Amino acid sequence: MNEDFFQGYKGHALELLKQYNVRVWGQAEVETTRGNFSGTVLPRSENDDDRHIVMKIVTGYNIGIDTGTITAMKEVGYKKANYKIPEKQFPVTPGLPKVKLLGTGGTIASRLDYRTGAVIPAFTPGELYGAVPELADICNLETEKLFAVFSENMGPKQYIALAQAIGKEIEKGVEGIVIGHGTDTLSHTGAALSFMVQNSPVPIILVGSQRSSDRPSSDAALNLMHAMTAAGHGDIAEVMICMFGPTSDEYGLLHKGTRVRKMHSSYRSTFRTIGDTPVAMITRKGITPIKEKYNHRRKDRNVVIKPYFSDSVTMLYYYPAMKPDIIDSMVDMGYKGIIIVGTGLGHVNKELYPAIERAHAKGVHMFMTVQTIWGYAHMFVYDTGRDMMAKGIVPIGNMLPETAYIKLGWVLGQTDDPEEVKRLMLTPVNDEITEREPYNGYLVYQGGVPEVEEFIRKVHK
Amino acid sequence: MSKQRNQADDQNRNGLKSKAIDARANYEETLRQAGYIPRQQATQDDYDRIGFMSGLEVHQQLLTHKKLFCNCPAGLFHASDDYDAELIRHMRPTLSELGEYDGTALMEFKTRKNIVYRVKHQTTCTYEVDDTPPFPLNRQALDIAIRISLLSKLNIVGEVHITRKQYLDGSIPTGFQRTAIIGVEGEIPLKNKKIRLIQLSLEEDSCREISDIGHYRTYKTDRLGMPLIETVTYPEMVNPDEVKEACDYIRFLNRSTGLVRTGIGAGREDVNVSCRGGHRVEIKGVAHTRWIPELTHNEAFRQWSLLLLRDKLRQRVKKESWKIAHKRLNFFDFKFDYEPLVSARDLKHRIVAVNLPEFRGLLSHFTQPRQCFINELSDRLKVIACIKKPNMVTSEDLCPVVHADEWQRIAQAFNANENDAQLIFWGPEEDDATALETIEERCLMAFDGIPGETRKSFPDGTTIFERVLPGADRMYPDTDSAPISLSDEYIEQLRGELPREVIERYHQMLEWGIPEDTYTYIFKKNLFGLIEKIVTDLNYSPRFVGTFIGHVLKRVEGQYGPSAGFGYNRVYDLMKYLADNNLHRALARRMMAVVYQHPSMDFESVLTTIGFKRLTHAELLGRIPFLSKKFDEICFVDSPGNRVNWIMGQLQASALGNIPLADMKTEIEKLTA
Repeated sequence: MNEDFFQGYKGHALELLKQYNVRVWGQAEVETTRGNFSGTVLPRSENDDDRHIVMKIVTGYNIGIDTGTITAMKEVGYKKANYKIPEKQFPVTPGLPKVKLLGTGGTIASRLDYRTGAVIPAFTPGELYGAVPELADICNLETEKLFAVFSENMGPKQYIALAQAIGKEIEKGVEGIVIGHGTDTLSHTGAALSFMVQNSPVPIILVGSQRSSDRPSSDAALNLMHAMTAAGHGDIAEVMICMFGPTSDEYGLLHKGTRVRKMHSSYRSTFRTIGDTPVAMITRKGITPIKEKYNHRRKDRNVVIKPYFSDSVTMLYYYPAMKPDIIDSMVDMGYKGIIIVGTGLGHVNKELYPAIERAHAKGVHMFMTVQTIWGYAHMFVYDTGRDMMAKGIVPIGNMLPETAYIKLGWVLGQTDDPEEVKRLMLTPVNDEITEREPYNGYLVYQGGVPEVEEFIRKVHK
Repeated sequence: MSKQRNQADDQNRNGLKSKAIDARANYEETLRQAGYIPRQQATQDDYDRIGFMSGLEVHQQLLTHKKLFCNCPAGLFHASDDYDAELIRHMRPTLSELGEYDGTALMEFKTRKNIVYRVKHQTTCTYEVDDTPPFPLNRQALDIAIRISLLSKLNIVGEVHITRKQYLDGSIPTGFQRTAIIGVEGEIPLKNKKIRLIQLSLEEDSCREISDIGHYRTYKTDRLGMPLIETVTYPEMVNPDEVKEACDYIRFLNRSTGLVRTGIGAGREDVNVSCRGGHRVEIKGVAHTRWIPELTHNEAFRQWSLLLLRDKLRQRVKKESWKIAHKRLNFFDFKFDYEPLVSARDLKHRIVAVNLPEFRGLLSHFTQPRQCFINELSDRLKVIACIKKPNMVTSEDLCPVVHADEWQRIAQAFNANENDAQLIFWGPEEDDATALETIEERCLMAFDGIPGETRKSFPDGTTIFERVLPGADRMYPDTDSAPISLSDEYIEQLRGELPREVIERYHQMLEWGIPEDTYTYIFKKNLFGLIEKIVTDLNYSPRFVGTFIGHVLKRVEGQYGPSAGFGYNRVYDLMKYLADNNLHRALARRMMAVVYQHPSMDFESVLTTIGFKRLTHAELLGRIPFLSKKFDEICFVDSPGNRVNWIMGQLQASALGNIPLADMKTEIEKLTA
């Protein structure tokens, strides 16, 4: 028998299935010391134990049967399920903008994976149209699956491939680009593309979902509609992340790829622009800009692709008892750039100074960001800050730590001349450092305070 | 010339008018044809004739501290306007594990509802509103569910798999209910037969609906996520009373554990009904078991009547060639004075006329008491197209509101056949297309028989369309939870702690001679254990205790309503007090009302309150000679019987509790002989 007949089963459970000649997707009658059960044998997750056989009973529920209780088993039928989103040809509507959707994976479109029991990405224009037919009213869609990886597996290789693919699409004349992406590192990719794809004439929108599209209340469909609208009809030609504004199905926000961060592990409204306001609000009806200045859509195709990245960059999240050996190890391992995430205005303890000096002497580029997420690294305020600057650490304003990591990788991919590295790091490409922090750039409301409670009662969360 | 035409018109009109249908007579006639009879007159033969078949899904909340998949407290409820925040969701159909879309899901998607959730911090966290994945399953709930499964003789699964069951009505913000099978294939004993059980599942309770107006449906999330079990029977009940009996049994069984919630909404049942040739229809959320017989009776006959309607329709026309026609009406072209039509005009709603070929006599065809096929259309229009009622008038309304002349003009506009029927509906422009689709769809279903539906119940025993009946296509494994293995040792440990079975208790009470009219109360309140304890510890007669609880306690409870602080153990204390103090048990009857209303009052004070005085036998009997003398003075008819009775009457109040009345009677007889 082919191994596939026993998808995911191992050990005792596998032996039993073989012994009684029962296959996965076989309809089985099972006698056990706990009574009789009947149903369709389902595949089992690889990580689950080998003491149970999973069955779908006639009412549609799944149950597990303890292999230790099984006294007899018989296959009485066979019917393999075919989990497939109905594929329909995505219609072409004259007059609608042409948008390209580049797939990278993630939960924006996904289906069940029996191997792990989790959801895996699935993605074709036909499937998308089958699942979200409203997209056909927004744009003429083409899709291309570049990779199928979870967002935590996205890295420099993928950033570069994405940037090059975007460049080609723009030259070919698309009117907007949407990138489907897992949410965990969505902002990292947003930053990478902001640096690698410059002067784009069309919107480049990154979109994901916090609830996979196999769930009825998923945010995937609405996020996709928003992203297609922003890409096809919006006037803002920048690299932006498009995700839910509130947790309610009401509007989305467009965040600059350099200033955005995932702020909650599971909330729908997890993405927030830090230290500034989002670029715009978006509904299915269109975009409402929040920022007055942005790069406008253009007719030309003069995009500049800068696909560079050095992976010898690392981050150091400082903690109070940190010892110098950490920095020494990084240097010894050959890292050429370190983004330090310091306390408060950008500090580390004195004990690290010798290590910092050694690193500097070896030509390692060090930049300071802040753990507070909001606010600037101000290294002139205290002596410790001045000491560190003297030892070669450069504060980089209010650049977010993750953005700084991506930017340093991108910079070191181009040059290792210390002055040039410093110049590039301190010259913003798209607001990764802002000159001003508006008063509404920092709003973390505290629950329980009467006026906040009043606000959340009035305004949909 | 014009006069001639008018005459011709009139003639034409009169000609048609004479054929106008008498909807009421048609309703009565079709009721008779369907063989509908009131439940009180129906016998098993009637139910056999129409092939009555019914099964149950009994829901029961479990008594746990916390909710099923998060750490919010269970059992706290809020008023509808008491909330801290609101949020909005929309639901989209998704594929089941087997790769199918579910019919209900598609229907709900059609309704384009904005679902609003009202959230209160105290009872709701980010889990309930689907912003956080589930926490591990509540073990206390699992424990209780397994105990009840064992009592229901179900085969316990080896591994509990959390499954997602789609609900697109919005009653659960995720769009699915997390639910898991605990056991399959069990049985419960009724008086005369056994009913097999399909399964028992442990699931999270849904939101409570606040309102459903137009395209907005509002829920509150206090109940959402509370642990609930669902016991499902096979459709083996063959008459309405049997359905109630089975339902009562399951509820009593659940309560016998003492581990389930009681009170309004803690137990609810869905009742599945069909007739021969019909289709399973699920009557949702029946709050009282006493409603079940009337509801199931009417539903079986509704289906029977719709099958009759189907046969008539099929004789007239083929489904394949049947099509509706529609026309938008200009309000001012007609003489409409029906208020809802007038306000439809004011609201700039569309008014649309529809011609239903060959439906004459079918619109007013009987379906349920006081309802006809028109209701089937109008109910769906409300639910699916979100057009609030009244949303239509027809040429066969039982209470006509549009003049026959107008109907005739409409029929003419359609160039309608005299066997056609017409209706007019109105509503917002954007709901137009869905409304037409809905009307056509329901009429086409009439050719096939009974559409699978879930229906909402009313106290008068009728039901109304709620949703398309969901199938097994809405199940999906919960990828957020790991399976939970149930070992033999764990199950056996729980089996060792089970209470006695309800059926055993039933036979025990029969044996004890406790009157049967007390059983419902005793099972409902789970008081068998109390009776057993009083009987065993205090040596009272079971018959007395059972009757006392089932009659006296029940009456007192009913009379005074809920009493804060009163627990049923107080009855035990009362009985013990009487026994310890050598007071006669008959006093309990008088004391009960006071004890119930003032549960913390000491029993001495209760005795004072009811005016009881402790008297020795000598003191009591010493009064007899005096009373006997008094009787001599006042009697009209002197007979030994009258004398004894009169003296008894005088002494009864003081004697009660001090001496058994029978003993006293013997003493009086002795002393007056």
